[in-house]
Amino acid sequence: MSTVDPGLRAALSQRRGVSALRAAAGWGHWLFVLPFLAVYIVLLVVPVFRGFWLSLNEIDLLSNESEFVGLTNYLNLWHDEIFRRAILNTLYFVVLSTPAFVALGLALALALNRPGKTGAALRAIFFGSSVLSVTIVTLIWRLVLMPDRGLLANVMRSIGLSPIAPLLSENLALPSVALVTVWWIIGLPMMLFLAALQQVPQEVYEAAAMDNAGRWRTFTAITLPAIKRTVALVTIIEVILQFQIFGQVQLMTNGGPNNASRPIVQFIYEAGFRQWALGYSAAAAQVLFGLMLIGVAVQAWVARRREAN
Amino acid sequence: MATPGKQLGDRLILGSVIVLALLWTAPLIWVFALSFKPNAFLMQHTDVLFSPPFTFKNYRDILGTSAVFQWVVNSCIVALGQTFLTLLLASLAGYGFARTEFPGKRWAFAFVLAGLAVPEQAIVIPLHRMFAEWDLHNTYSALILPKLAAPFGVFLMTQYFKAIPKDIEEAALLDNASRWKIFLRVILPLSIPAQATLGIFTFLSAWNDYLWPLISASKPEMYTLTLGLAATQSNFAQSEGIGYLMSQAVFAGLPIFILYLFFQKYIVMAVAGTTVR
Repeated sequence: MSTVDPGLRAALSQRRGVSALRAAAGWGHWLFVLPFLAVYIVLLVVPVFRGFWLSLNEIDLLSNESEFVGLTNYLNLWHDEIFRRAILNTLYFVVLSTPAFVALGLALALALNRPGKTGAALRAIFFGSSVLSVTIVTLIWRLVLMPDRGLLANVMRSIGLSPIAPLLSENLALPSVALVTVWWIIGLPMMLFLAALQQVPQEVYEAAAMDNAGRWRTFTAITLPAIKRTVALVTIIEVILQFQIFGQVQLMTNGGPNNASRPIVQFIYEAGFRQWALGYSAAAAQVLFGLMLIGVAVQAWVARRREAN
Repeated sequence: MATPGKQLGDRLILGSVIVLALLWTAPLIWVFALSFKPNAFLMQHTDVLFSPPFTFKNYRDILGTSAVFQWVVNSCIVALGQTFLTLLLASLAGYGFARTEFPGKRWAFAFVLAGLAVPEQAIVIPLHRMFAEWDLHNTYSALILPKLAAPFGVFLMTQYFKAIPKDIEEAALLDNASRWKIFLRVILPLSIPAQATLGIFTFLSAWNDYLWPLISASKPEMYTLTLGLAATQSNFAQSEGIGYLMSQAVFAGLPIFILYLFFQKYIVMAVAGTTVR
């Protein structure tokens, strides 16, 4: 209201001091939000509850009958060696990839926060791969990491090493997928950090330059405190994104070798759509949902505590 | 102003980033160059990039299999349909939440925001059952509809509409224009930047979506390009055709990459803009 000119304000206050926008309130305005709400309820809210209900049932696909089994699916998951491995693999993957996204994304943003064509070209290179689909990225990297004839094997031979096949190694499969994932979407954290760096007022840097502060000192004393909200935001976004890892693993290692790289989402997919154990799969999905909520809550708590200090 | 030591440090940093960028692009260049080699040649050598023999046979083979064109068409229909409908629903709801008053508004908005916390994987199994009950699998509707329920677009548009000054609207209201007319004639044209941001986001994520199409589309003629490429990778082991696989990666990746170079400015704004508030 403060921006309305005096004449208009006078006209508006004639209507018992209520703004024209408020005066026009009514049930009719539900019509604006109703189309989305209908889609949202049918295709998101209902599935959330149906998913939860499914997880308490066992479904026989032939007769399409479901039987209420309580927490049996969850108990079975608890005792399922492969599922426990999948949880550990997912956590391992998040721990491998998230710090890399934050550190490398920030480093690239700091180095490329410069005007001119070189900076623009380099930014375009590091962001460009993000627009490719997961299937293109995995196709390229399966070729690169191919035993004997891949690019990696070529390079290793040319520097006198014997070539390795990382995707066939239990220890290297998941780290390789993490590396490919970083290659794929490092552009997102880089861009978020770049946007944050642009918001830091230039004067503080000039003051630091006057004080002859070194590069590291300027970074820790000025830049980092100024963008700490973005650091927290990027960390949360990456934890959420990387928890959902699926396509890269399914296409590059198919969870192998020996379940060493099978994450939770692949477990859900295989239980649900390969073995058609729908209740079991839905229970696994609820566990993933819960883990992600916990992860985000912990992140938010840590960020708030740090801000309070 | 800058001391010689500082300049040297700047050059060192830039130099190492350039080296990293070369490493970053090496896989792309390698795949691109080898996609023009005969498959028989690739059985022996995958380290000869820029000297003969060259061939276009791999690309001719792609064009020969008509399925790829169907996949491209499917991807276009799904991505454009999803983008258009998302913009429509999100703009309407965003305007309703940002600028109109109705009983229960706060409650409804909180209800929608809660949906941001729901990951796709938590609902794909019930969604699959629902679309099976409706007999909709292997249709464009099945590929388009589920993503329309994501609340992100509504959230984005609400934030944007809230930032548009109210004066314009209040003046129009005094002229007795209806809310629908104001929405169409005044507010919608002002929101083009936000529409572009949300549109680009929706298009890219629809084009690259993998999990839901994998579950819903079981007939190859209903595959999207992203899904189709996954299907052709499954016979990766018969690696006498790696030139063919490489040309597929280029064929599928290059158009979207060129599109990216064209719209780079807007894509970057879209990515950066969503967090700077």
